Amino acid sequence: MQIYTVGQVTTYARDLLDSNERLSDLWIKGEISNLYRSQAGHLYFTIKDAEGQLKCVLFKSEKPALTLENGMAVIVHGRLSIYELRGDLQVYVDLVQPEGVGVLHLAFEQLKNKLEKEGLFDKARKRPLPSFPKRIGVVTSPTSAAYRDIENIISRRYPLTTVILAPTLVQGDEAAPGIVRAIGELSDMEGIDLIIVARGGGSLEDLWAFNEEVVARTIYASRIPIISGVGHETDFTIADYVADMRAPTPSAAAEIAVPDRSELKKRIQFLRHAIESATTEGLEQRHDKLQYAFGKIKAPDLSRHRQRIDDIFRTTSRQAAGAITLMRSQLNSYSSQLSSLNPLGTLRRGYAIIQKAPAGKIITRTNDVRTGDRIVMQLSDGHIKGKVTGNNSDGQQGTLI
Amino acid sequence: MGNKEPSFEELLKQLENIATNLDTGGLPLVESLALFEEGMKLSKKCSELLDLAELKVEKLQDLFEQKE
Repeated sequence: MQIYTVGQVTTYARDLLDSNERLSDLWIKGEISNLYRSQAGHLYFTIKDAEGQLKCVLFKSEKPALTLENGMAVIVHGRLSIYELRGDLQVYVDLVQPEGVGVLHLAFEQLKNKLEKEGLFDKARKRPLPSFPKRIGVVTSPTSAAYRDIENIISRRYPLTTVILAPTLVQGDEAAPGIVRAIGELSDMEGIDLIIVARGGGSLEDLWAFNEEVVARTIYASRIPIISGVGHETDFTIADYVADMRAPTPSAAAEIAVPDRSELKKRIQFLRHAIESATTEGLEQRHDKLQYAFGKIKAPDLSRHRQRIDDIFRTTSRQAAGAITLMRSQLNSYSSQLSSLNPLGTLRRGYAIIQKAPAGKIITRTNDVRTGDRIVMQLSDGHIKGKVTGNNSDGQQGTLI
Repeated sequence: MGNKEPSFEELLKQLENIATNLDTGGLPLVESLALFEEGMKLSKKCSELLDLAELKVEKLQDLFEQKE
């Protein structure tokens, strides 16, 4: 016989419960009673039905979506274990849903809860989307309105890109594996820089593939950033939470994926103007500088030259005055020489000019006249008339008068 | 054509850089005029790319279609 300590027994019982798979993943339906919030913020309550009751604890970290009240009919999810200090059997609750909610909804909440705890939804791990994607993979049904919308919007906004359609079913049992395969194929391709996973609106059942764990994990593991655009604005899927960006609809996903060409054209126009005005301004500044520099150069240089010009002018005018005086005295001496050549002066010294009368031809040789010609003799103060009485050229002694 | 052709994104980036450089100022005259000319060319090229582009669509094999 072996004797155990209390602790050994409670620990053994706890380990037994914890290792049981079914007891670790329980959905339990019942009514809340004895609700109590501890100072630390944890919630303690009992769920019961006609046949029995179970103690429950909901730790503050679980953040229930529902505000619990006594008497509320709920379905809780959690694991059954033992609180060793008290030896109490209790349910460690991680999820509380109102009773009457469908199984899919419960599964959704549970998976969401689980993946959130694993960090699949962490904001910090969301990757930035490319501003100008070159090749966009689109995972959706090729015949759907969702795909047509996406293609139209990308074509209108930013036709510089290439769309690679990775066709898949988006509803039914084959949808989830199809989506996983399509994302995988796009990931294996070269140069794809963005993936859109999309599906049009539908019921929770219709959209179910996007709530499957395998799809969520594939999106999480994708090396290429993913935008989800599933259902309508009000539909949230697990894929939306894991994706790098959640778009409310397929069309919105396309709008988020690419820039708008009319915005880009405005940007280009703006840059063009900025370049033009910056260049013009630069030229004007240079022009102003040049003018300023010119203004500075002129003043001192000219004054220096002016002084030099003054000097030169003074020197030359002095030289010119000397030259003029010299020339004037030379002129005087020339004019006195000239007056000595005047024939009147010669006549004054006793010479006469003889002219034939009445023609006035000046006689310089004896042959110019014959005996009997009348002549006029010009003297310094008048003239004397006479007659030739003889001529050497006649062999006669010439006689005057 | 081919991959050597700079992408729209690269051209726009160059255009942004030129605008920033000219706006900062302090460039030699010859250089700033060369940038101006380059900027005008780039903005024209960017606008043309946006105006003339047509969306290309490729389709991967549809496994479900093949089954039918």
